[in-house]
Amino acid sequence: MDFNFTTEQNEFREELREFLRAEVPLEKQEVFGSLTEEDYQFGREINRKLAERNWLAIGWPEEHGGGGKGPIEQGILNEDLGYWRVPKSGSIGLGIVGPAIMVFGTQDQKDRYLGPIARGEIEYCQGFSEPNVGSDLGSLELRAERDGDEYVLNGAKMFTSYAFKADYMYLLARTDPQAQKHRGISLFIADLKTPGISLSPLPYINGEMAAQTNFDNVRLPLSCLIGEENRGWYHAMTTLDYERSGLWRYANVRRVFDDFVDFCQDSAPDGGQPLAEHPLVRHQLAERRLGMETWKLLSWNVAWMQSSGAVPNAEASVSFLFGSEERLRFAEMAMEVLGPYSTLRHGSPMAPLLGNIEGIHREAMHLHGAGTTEIHRNIIAQRGLGMPR
Amino acid sequence: MDFGLTEQQEILRRSAREFLEAECPTSLVRETEESADGHSSDLWRKMAGLGWLGIALPEMYGGTGGSLTDQIVLFEEIGRALAPGPMLTSSVLAAQIVLNSGNDSQKESLLSGIISGDLVLTLARGDKLETASVGGGITLSGDSAFVPHAGLANTMICATRPAIGAWPDTTLVLVDAAAEGVLKTPMESIANYPQHLVEFDDVALSTEAMLGEIAEGRQALDQAIQRATVVQCAETLGRAQKVLEMVVEYAGHRVAFGRPIGTFQAVQHRCADLKVAIDSGRMLTYQAAWKVDQDLPAGDEVAMAKAQAGTLSRTATEAGHTIFAGISFTTEHDMQLYSARAKIAEANLGDTGYHLDQLASGMEI
Repeated sequence: MDFNFTTEQNEFREELREFLRAEVPLEKQEVFGSLTEEDYQFGREINRKLAERNWLAIGWPEEHGGGGKGPIEQGILNEDLGYWRVPKSGSIGLGIVGPAIMVFGTQDQKDRYLGPIARGEIEYCQGFSEPNVGSDLGSLELRAERDGDEYVLNGAKMFTSYAFKADYMYLLARTDPQAQKHRGISLFIADLKTPGISLSPLPYINGEMAAQTNFDNVRLPLSCLIGEENRGWYHAMTTLDYERSGLWRYANVRRVFDDFVDFCQDSAPDGGQPLAEHPLVRHQLAERRLGMETWKLLSWNVAWMQSSGAVPNAEASVSFLFGSEERLRFAEMAMEVLGPYSTLRHGSPMAPLLGNIEGIHREAMHLHGAGTTEIHRNIIAQRGLGMPR
Repeated sequence: MDFGLTEQQEILRRSAREFLEAECPTSLVRETEESADGHSSDLWRKMAGLGWLGIALPEMYGGTGGSLTDQIVLFEEIGRALAPGPMLTSSVLAAQIVLNSGNDSQKESLLSGIISGDLVLTLARGDKLETASVGGGITLSGDSAFVPHAGLANTMICATRPAIGAWPDTTLVLVDAAAEGVLKTPMESIANYPQHLVEFDDVALSTEAMLGEIAEGRQALDQAIQRATVVQCAETLGRAQKVLEMVVEYAGHRVAFGRPIGTFQAVQHRCADLKVAIDSGRMLTYQAAWKVDQDLPAGDEVAMAKAQAGTLSRTATEAGHTIFAGISFTTEHDMQLYSARAKIAEANLGDTGYHLDQLASGMEI
């Protein structure tokens, strides 16, 4: 057992923190639930600066424009970017699309797609869910039919986060409707400017503008197919395992928790003694401190497994499930402690912590990313414990 | 960063599991539960023979000089097997106090006895124990409840309130369990766990009975308690892991409504929640042990591990009794052996509420 980073890893973290202290002042840090276009563009700018230092894709091999380090360094980067509340961008390209192309892409695809991702130039969105398809993703219906040297796509994708910001969509489409459901799916990259793609706005409760993405006779060249035709499901599932630590998400919440503890020690919104001196609040803060520590360790466990060459599967679900529920427990606890002040949104001069608590409570309703909490429980039981289906 | 066990630790885990599966079946656990002293001297001698009582004690006294991490690998197996006896009390808690505070001759005689299994030590504490210097010696008075294995112990370490110095300063003294003025009354407890109310009626001690200096025992005691707390977490972890394996196995073949109950998501999700709690407990417990092994401040980490161990115990107990259902309400089923011992462990060395309070103090709130 060793819970330490190496000297080199600690040096990297120190350099990174020096960079973040200089480049990400408090007023630029994202407030939960109130992301603006300006915030997002600031996040892109930070990503480009990280790329100049060869840090943005630090876990990628050097030959693909990365930093040539491993999952631990990637975890250090993600944990600190999350803690500094740098608005997130580029994560689908860096965490999912890039790794898939490295494994399954042609040389041409590698040359074309990887560099721009590693340099922070391109934003991706993901096209997995559909209007009728969520947890049972293998039943997806969006059709891609081969027509000469093109594929013709018809159907719709749902819950497309980053749709209005992205250049490309990484998507799954059905190429063989006769095959057994997981065996007729292929993986594509679609330029969102392709004629026939349209976006119907889908505002999220956390303030983000997502979309339903409609495909109406969208013609993609064969070079947009990633990997083998009809093997897309397996390609996608393999590379979903690439960055599973969830350290960014953890640290994002941890920062607000730490700020909340400070707030409770210093403040008494209604006068009287500071909140933390109430025995019940003190107890709840300690409970959530334990929850945060647990979330951190479970997340790092996934990063460590990846660094040792193992493929975390049920372990990633353990970490993800715990994190989703811990985020909600913290949000509910903080709302309860703050009473009516917790309902004040960012912008209200009386909102504690700039309205982060109200915002994190909305964000905490995101209990379904990368699978609902119940799907994660299924994965833990069936793949982790070998229980029968 | 490396969250794996070393090859040696893997070997220890495997061999401990094999040994306990052969030598400590639940029939022995039940037999011991019915015995007067809650102890199996046969198993005790065998465990001593394997060097388990000295696994984290110095080689010069007959130990193997292993780390706390080595010791908790072993205690996960002890917990898994529900192995009875004063392993935690004598070979961890009492032994660490002696190691931290004893003089050379005390360490030599007591630690070698603890490690060989010939001596059993226990700890009596509580703020009702008082020592006073009288003439050339010391007298000990007061009483202490919940003294584990007091009926078996040859020697008790008493953590006392000294007549000089300000409480919570502590004077540590060694008391022969058979000395005049020592009265032991068993406290009828869950699973017949052997714990006693011990009363000391002006017991006269010589100055040689002192462990360390008057009013200077607090640090030695706290360090020992910290290590024992981590060990208690590991024991809980092993027991919970075994409960999980038992329910998963049962749910895989118990049929209801025409299918194994393990195919029902209601059952699967309970198992998944227990798995999450076990993984959490493992990370927290090993982190705490690692901090202690590195001589780093470990107060918060130990508090977090033990606070979580309490909820882990409850999660395991609830999963076990829910999934085994009716049969686990009978004494013939093993599940009740696990849930009874879980409650002893939960109350031992501070429960969840106590350790959350410690954690809050560590957070300076």
